[in-house]
Amino acid sequence: MNNAQLLLDDPGWIITLKAVIVFAVCVVLTIMSVWGERRIVARMQMRLGPNRVGKFGLIQALADGVKLALKEDLIPAAADKVVFVIAPVISTTAAFMAFAVMPMTGPVNFFGEETVMQLTDLPVGVLYVLATASVGVYGIVLAGWSSGSTYPLLGGLRSSAQVVSYEIAMGLSLVSVFIYSGSMSTSSIVAAQQSTWWYGLVLFPSFVIYAISMVGETNRAPFDLAEAEGELVGGFHTEYSSLKFALFFLAEYVNIIAVSALATTLFLGGYHAIPGLGFTEQWLGGWFTLIWFFLKVLFFFFIFVWLRGTLPRLRYDQFMQFGWKVLIPVSLLWILVVATLRLISTTSQSRTSTFIFAGIVVLIVMGISTAVDSSKKKRAAQVYPEAAAPSFAVPSLPSEITTINVSDNANNRGGDRV
Amino acid sequence: MSDQNDFQPLVNKENKDVDITSVSYEKVDQPGAKSLLKQAQGFWVTFITMFKKVNTVQYPEVKEPTAERFHGRHQLNRHPDGLEKCIGCELCAWACPADAIYVEGADNTPDNQMSPGERYGKVYQINYLRCIFCGLCIEACPTRALTMTNEYELADSTRGKLIFEKDDLLGPLRAGMLPPPHPMYPGMTDTNYYNGDVKEAHPSQEQK
Repeated sequence: MNNAQLLLDDPGWIITLKAVIVFAVCVVLTIMSVWGERRIVARMQMRLGPNRVGKFGLIQALADGVKLALKEDLIPAAADKVVFVIAPVISTTAAFMAFAVMPMTGPVNFFGEETVMQLTDLPVGVLYVLATASVGVYGIVLAGWSSGSTYPLLGGLRSSAQVVSYEIAMGLSLVSVFIYSGSMSTSSIVAAQQSTWWYGLVLFPSFVIYAISMVGETNRAPFDLAEAEGELVGGFHTEYSSLKFALFFLAEYVNIIAVSALATTLFLGGYHAIPGLGFTEQWLGGWFTLIWFFLKVLFFFFIFVWLRGTLPRLRYDQFMQFGWKVLIPVSLLWILVVATLRLISTTSQSRTSTFIFAGIVVLIVMGISTAVDSSKKKRAAQVYPEAAAPSFAVPSLPSEITTINVSDNANNRGGDRV
Repeated sequence: MSDQNDFQPLVNKENKDVDITSVSYEKVDQPGAKSLLKQAQGFWVTFITMFKKVNTVQYPEVKEPTAERFHGRHQLNRHPDGLEKCIGCELCAWACPADAIYVEGADNTPDNQMSPGERYGKVYQINYLRCIFCGLCIEACPTRALTMTNEYELADSTRGKLIFEKDDLLGPLRAGMLPPPHPMYPGMTDTNYYNGDVKEAHPSQEQK
């Protein structure tokens, strides 16, 4: 019995209970991950991080949430009030919705009912996740637009441009998973990985592209241009305060958990144990798979934190260039390779044809990289002839200045003269 | 490695006697990571730092000693027999750039001898809302009456509490000191006091 069949006979009360549990898990994970992130980043910077509120500072995020809730809820005079209020709700709702299709356990006994910890199993589950992520962008862009202020507008535009661009790379990186698993349903993809290796290894380039684009997608460091404090104050949420700000905060972290969960599902075998520890899946009547699932999600979360602790923020144009000129072409090329390999294997061609194809691909890639390298070198070595000096007076070019004269003559000094 | 050493300091190379009105500069290549592996080194740095000893001091529970000459709360010192060193000259108040010190001097009388010599500080206030802890008052003090301690926990809840009176600022009575007012050490002048000839209080100094 697969997950979809198991879920089909769930009574209404179980579905409701599961929805509540999914919501609670997201909120609790957010609170815990805010704490975890602050602690880990602090250790990376030789600090301790929050350790005052509760044991080890565990309820620090909860205390911050309470503080936010008690703050004055301000709506700027120039804001479009209705949109301003709706925007954070859209963001948060979309973030939570993505979690509905994540298979968190294998078959378990849930209050006497044989089921799986997955709210629903859509045949196009992964597309659904991408769709909710896109809806989340509306929250960001509307928040920026409705604030009636410059920085939020810029931040909102940046953020939406970023999410839209990286969604393409993300979507393309998922195509090869679809090709290999033959399904778009999250549970089928998890099941398909049991018969082969994890797709994180089989489709390693896809995995890398997904991992990069999920950071871009969630507006996280080093791709947190939308909230670049040094340039845009707070980005799209500059004008937000109190609970509305808390909602954006919640949405960001739920999004991180959601993309991590998707990465786990698609590339790291979902709720299954790591190879060699398969016997643990039977522990606690199957509930132990939940621990495996969250271990993998937390692994991705740690990567998020690690990136934030290590890398400086990218410049906007570099970021866009990377997305459009590197990630998207590479994923397209990779899809081509994967599709061809898949075709060769499904039509049961001989091994030699696979190897010949792989050899040709390697040769093409090597050829392209050599061509790129040599053109780079040529460009660097090129000497531009100096243009003839114009007939009119021009300031000297910076490269021509070899000395700066600092005169001590009082009459020549700039600035205030009394 | 060589990248770091290529940096050229801003000196005039042609002219060895350095001419301060003219500096020259040269274009140098920006040092950058050589390879993907070099770029990935940063990840190792942050990862290994997680297991290093943290620098954080858990302040209210753990108090690290300050630097030896840290500028903390002021103290009005005493001579070894207990007389105050402050002579009420107001030089500290005049030196203060923040106008944080208020001093009122008064005459010593035989019944009320607070310090050696003619005058003593009757009122002495330091306003810690204004004080910038620059230490100019300490430099100004001719008798070394005013010095600074290492005490830095000076926060309080009202403005009034942060104006320290003479009682708050006076140093404690140590062994061999008598609480003023009391007469000067027999046979000693104020000059002897400043030269450090008085080592402790004399029994005859004790007032009835």
